[in-house]
Parts: sequence; structure tokens; C-alpha cells
Amino acid sequence: MSINSLEDAPLSSLPERPVSSTFPAAAATYDLAADRGRTAASPPPAKAPRSGPMADRLFGWAAKGAALLTLAMLIGILVSLVAGAWPAIAKYGLGFLTSSVWDPVQNEYGGLVMIYGTLATSIIALVIAVPVSFGIALFLTELSPNWLKRPLGTAIELLAAVPSIVYGMWGLLVFGPILSTWVQQPLQKLLAGVPYLGALVSGPPVGIGILSAGIILAIMIIPFIASVMRDVFEVTPPLLKESAYGLGSTTWEVVSKVVLPYTKAGVIGGIMLGLGRALGETMAVTFVIGNMNQLNSLSVFEAANSITSALANEFAEAGAGLHQAALMYLGLVLFFITFVVLSLSKMLLAKMKKSEGTKS
Amino acid sequence: MKTTFKFATAGLVAALFSIPALAQDVTGAGASFPAPLYAKWASDFNKATGVKINYQSVGSGAGLKQIEAKTVDFGASDAPLKDDELQAKGLMQFPTVIGGVIPVVNIPGIKPGELKLNGQVLGDIYLGKITKWNDPAIKALNGSLALPDAAIAPVRRADGSGTSFLFTNYLSKVNAEWKSKVGEGTAVNWPTGAGGKGNEGVAAFVNRLPNSIGYVEYAYVKQNKMAYAQLQNAAGTFVSPEDSAFKAAAAGADWNKSFYQVLTNQAGKDAWPITGATFILMHKVQDKPANATTVLKFFDWAYKGGDKTADDLDYVPMPDAVKATIAKAWGEVKDASGKPVAFK
Repeated sequence: MSINSLEDAPLSSLPERPVSSTFPAAAATYDLAADRGRTAASPPPAKAPRSGPMADRLFGWAAKGAALLTLAMLIGILVSLVAGAWPAIAKYGLGFLTSSVWDPVQNEYGGLVMIYGTLATSIIALVIAVPVSFGIALFLTELSPNWLKRPLGTAIELLAAVPSIVYGMWGLLVFGPILSTWVQQPLQKLLAGVPYLGALVSGPPVGIGILSAGIILAIMIIPFIASVMRDVFEVTPPLLKESAYGLGSTTWEVVSKVVLPYTKAGVIGGIMLGLGRALGETMAVTFVIGNMNQLNSLSVFEAANSITSALANEFAEAGAGLHQAALMYLGLVLFFITFVVLSLSKMLLAKMKKSEGTKS
Repeated sequence: MKTTFKFATAGLVAALFSIPALAQDVTGAGASFPAPLYAKWASDFNKATGVKINYQSVGSGAGLKQIEAKTVDFGASDAPLKDDELQAKGLMQFPTVIGGVIPVVNIPGIKPGELKLNGQVLGDIYLGKITKWNDPAIKALNGSLALPDAAIAPVRRADGSGTSFLFTNYLSKVNAEWKSKVGEGTAVNWPTGAGGKGNEGVAAFVNRLPNSIGYVEYAYVKQNKMAYAQLQNAAGTFVSPEDSAFKAAAAGADWNKSFYQVLTNQAGKDAWPITGATFILMHKVQDKPANATTVLKFFDWAYKGGDKTADDLDYVPMPDAVKATIAKAWGEVKDASGKPVAFK
């Protein structure tokens, strides 16, 4: 008799319970019918309701209201940005994104320099921060002795507590000269005649510019990426890791073939968190990027401008007209860059999930 | 617990009501250049009369926006408005103090006041045409001074400011290529140069970058003992930045005609070429005449007794003749019925 039909079978057609030789034969068999009758006759005492239906509904509405309010604020911000930027959008359209003229006197604006500066500094920051954070997370979860884990973890997280304007001042006064003397000038001497690399490091080696801003941004986003990576590395099931170790894997093989694939959603999420911070960082970048609205060369030593630092510098004094509209257009562009980055990360995660379980 | 809470609330409400009515607190906003002076004048005025003047240093552009929106009682701007703009916006302006913008350099071995420049060379440096300190054009002005064979690192303001307006206005007057390529304004399309934020940012960059040149307000040069350069003025003399040089520049202007006077490149023999006054903007027709009276009383008090404070803080007070003209101009500030607002 199959299990499924046990529910519908009348009780009397159940086979006799097989008894073992040690089971006392005279023991009364369980009488299900009698037990069911007993519970139907006397229902259990009614318990006091834990929360009335009204309170439940109110809480539901409050939660829904909070979510809708956040959505409404997002849409409201987007609408007000578009409204503020409308004169510039109407005048330039998408040509704003490719024009590099920024002339408040002639009232001609183009956002290419700022967009390039934002993207370049963020990419440099990611290129530096992701391997370093990965190394930190790896060390803290796999390699470090137990007594070192907590103090080192706290120290890394303290980096996140430093205000960003302090990073800017430190960058301008301390880090800039160090970068100039120990990195920029030797690099320029080394790559003096080399065709493409030489052009990449041309420009005044004074310690301010895209490279400087990128490195300071990297230092600022390392604590975020490292702590997210460390958290997700720690929640990989020890069973998986121990099995891999048991089969003879090295630490690197365990991390790259077991831990990383398991935690890839968290790792990508952490990287996107860091990138979001880098894209929106204002004061630290303003101090060290040099604020030059020209795109003379592709050198990373050149001063440049980023969207956030252009907004910080010029918004207060901008005349209410095309100048202010152009700045709001830049803000809208940053909004969309962040949105695009977020969508790309979700697409990347979806693609990775699809190839889960397939032979690699 | 509940009764203590009730008593506490009652006490707080009573205390709030017992504060005397703050009838004539006035607010102003605008330029950051005179902000330290206005703050000191306001605190002295408060000690003398008990009236509070609140001044917020948000920048000339923001100050102009606020006075146009009538959210403040007076606005302050380093760049004066042209007369037709004033007409259109229903504002009147008058100058309070004078300041100068000084080019400063950081060249190893050059002491304050040793380097001589003129407007053409200064403009060419900021256009990117003169790139080394031992360029023949600079050497021609400096005789036997030892100038290094090093690249010039120009520094300018990243944010919009009245200091930049004065500097670019001067360059537009003395360098034809600057006028056509860049022009003047609180924010311009600088052809070259790293941007520092505020006078402090420019001073920090110049102090840190060897072979750099920047421009800052006089107070910064004096307080930080920076190496300033002498400039050749319209009369052909090389002048050093000093109170007397700024006063000489102010004396040449004809304030009776209009208060729109930009004191750059004035004709006086000892005049400093990059001088400018900072201005106060008020509406001609006042919705709140009592506030306007307080503002005018404050500035009248400051003109009469605040000169020493201005000197102490490295600002140059207006000459007495100009103060008389300003007092007459205050008759333009009228209330809704057309009567001039009283300030005596």
C-alpha cells in the first residue's frame, strides 16, 4: 500500500502492526479513533489573542507607507533634478555628454571633462581597492591567527570612520608630496621615452590629479569592500571548506573554487557598494583633483575635475540660469551613471547564477 | 514622573515667552571676503546697541540670489552690479571696504616683493603662453634677479568668487588676448592652472607647490607672510601691495557718478592695480522699513567708528568723501509709501 493512500484508507483496512518478538503482545494497540473523539469533545482552552487584527493592519500599512514614501522621494528627486536641468537639456540634449567646453563667461557648457574625471578616478580606485580588500578578507578569514582577527578587523573598519574631508586635507598636505616625490617623479623618469606609457604619466608631477584622487578614493572604499567580503567569506559553510581541504586542496584552491563561487553575490554587492561610494565622494576628491576643466591629455598625473567636485565648487556661486541648469544636468548624469552601474551588477549576478552547476 | 514632565514643559514655555521680542534682528548674506569684518562690526554693534546683525558668508552669487528672493535684509557682493541690472532688480548698492588681490609666488630663493610683474606677463602666464620662470618676458622686468629654469605652476580659484572677478577683470583690461579668449567673471574657463578651494585653498597650493604662482586677498598675504610680487600699474610704476596703494586706487574713482566702480588698473601713481571694493545690496522699496533702518544704522555706525577695526583686520576703509556720498545715496531706500527710510 502506498503512503499517499494512508490518509483515505479506512482505519480498519490498515494491516496489523508487525510485532517484534520482544514486543509485549498483550499491549493495547493505539486507538486513533478514540483519541480523535476525545479531542473533538473538549477543545483546548481559548488562548488570549497576541495582537488584535487592527494592530496588525496598522503595522502593515505603516510598513507599506514607509516603502512607498522612499519610492516617492526617489521619484521626487528625479523629477526635481530633471526640472532644474531642463534649460540645459533643452539646449544641449545628449551633446552635453561629449562636449568638453565649460565656459561660464560665454555660457557654453559640456560635461565630458567631469564625467571622464568621475569615471577615471572611480576605476582607478576600484582597481586598487578590490585586490587589497580581497587580500584583507582572505587574510582575516583563512590565514590570520585567532588573536589577530578582531583587532585587525576593527582597525580596518576604523578607516571608514574618518570623515572624508579629513581624507581630502590629508591627501593635499601629506599624501600629495609623498606621491610626487616617491611615485610620480621616478615614474616619469623611468617611462620618459616610452610611446604610450610615457604619455600616460606625463603632466606636472605635483601630487594632485586623477591618480592622487583615485588612490585616496581607494583608501576610502577599502573598509567597505573588505568588511562585506569578510562577512560573506565567514558564512560559507565550514562543511564545504573542510571537504575541499580534506580532498587535498590548497588554501588558494579552496578560496577560488569553493568560497568565491559560493559568495559571489555578496562579493559583487560589496564591490558595488564601494563603487557607489567612490562615484559620489565629494570633498576628498575636490581637495586633490586640481579642478581643471580642460581635458588636455590622457595622463593620470594631470589635474582634472569630477562631477561631484564641480558641483561642490560652483553651485553656490552659479548664476540662476544656464550655469545652474548645466550643473543640475551633471547631477542627473551622475544619478544615471550610478543607476547603470547598479543594473550592470545585477545583470552580472544573473549571468553568474545561470552558469551555476554547469561544468566550468 | 508625569507631573515633573508637565512642570518641565510649562517652565520651558514660560521661559520662551519671557524672552523679549526680538524686533530688529536683521540678516544679511553674501561675500566671504568681508565676512570677518562684518562679523566683528556686528558683535561690536551688538555690544553698543543690543541689536543683532546676522551675516552669513555664503558667497557673492548666493548672497545675490538671497537678496533678490528677499530672504535676507541685505546682500553682500564683491562684484558690483551694473546700473541697468540694479534698475531691473530694484536694488541699490554701496561700497563698504576696499581690498586688494595680490599675486603670490613660491620660487626658491625669491623673497617677498623681489619679483616684478606686469599685467601682460601675468595674463600670459595664466593663458599658458609663458611656461618657465626664466622666460625672456619675465627676465626683462626683473633685471638681475636669479630666476630658475623651472616650469611655472599656476594656481587659481576653483570656486566662483569675487576675488577671481577682480583678477580676471584686471587681466581683461591689460591683456587683449585674455579679454578675447577668457573674459572676466566670478568663474571663467581658465586655460590652465590647478584650482584651489577658497583663498585658503589657493594659499595652501602655492605654499606647497614649488615654482607656483597664485592670487589671494591682501589679508592672507599679510597673515601668512607669503612672497608677493610687485605689479606695474597704469602709471608705469612698480608698486607693492599696501594700505596706501589701495587707498590711492580708490581715490581715483568717481563715486558720485555711480557706485559701479571696479577699481582695477586705476590711473593713480601709487595705485595698486588689482583693487576692488566690496558692496552691500539693498532693495529700493522696502517691505520691512524697520529692518532697513537697522541695516542703515549699522553701516552708519560702522562708517563712523569702525575704521580702526577694519584696519586691524587688514581691510582698507573708504575715504571720508566717499562715505558722505554713500550717506546721501541712502535716501534711495524708501518704504512702500515712497518716504525715505530713516536711519539717524
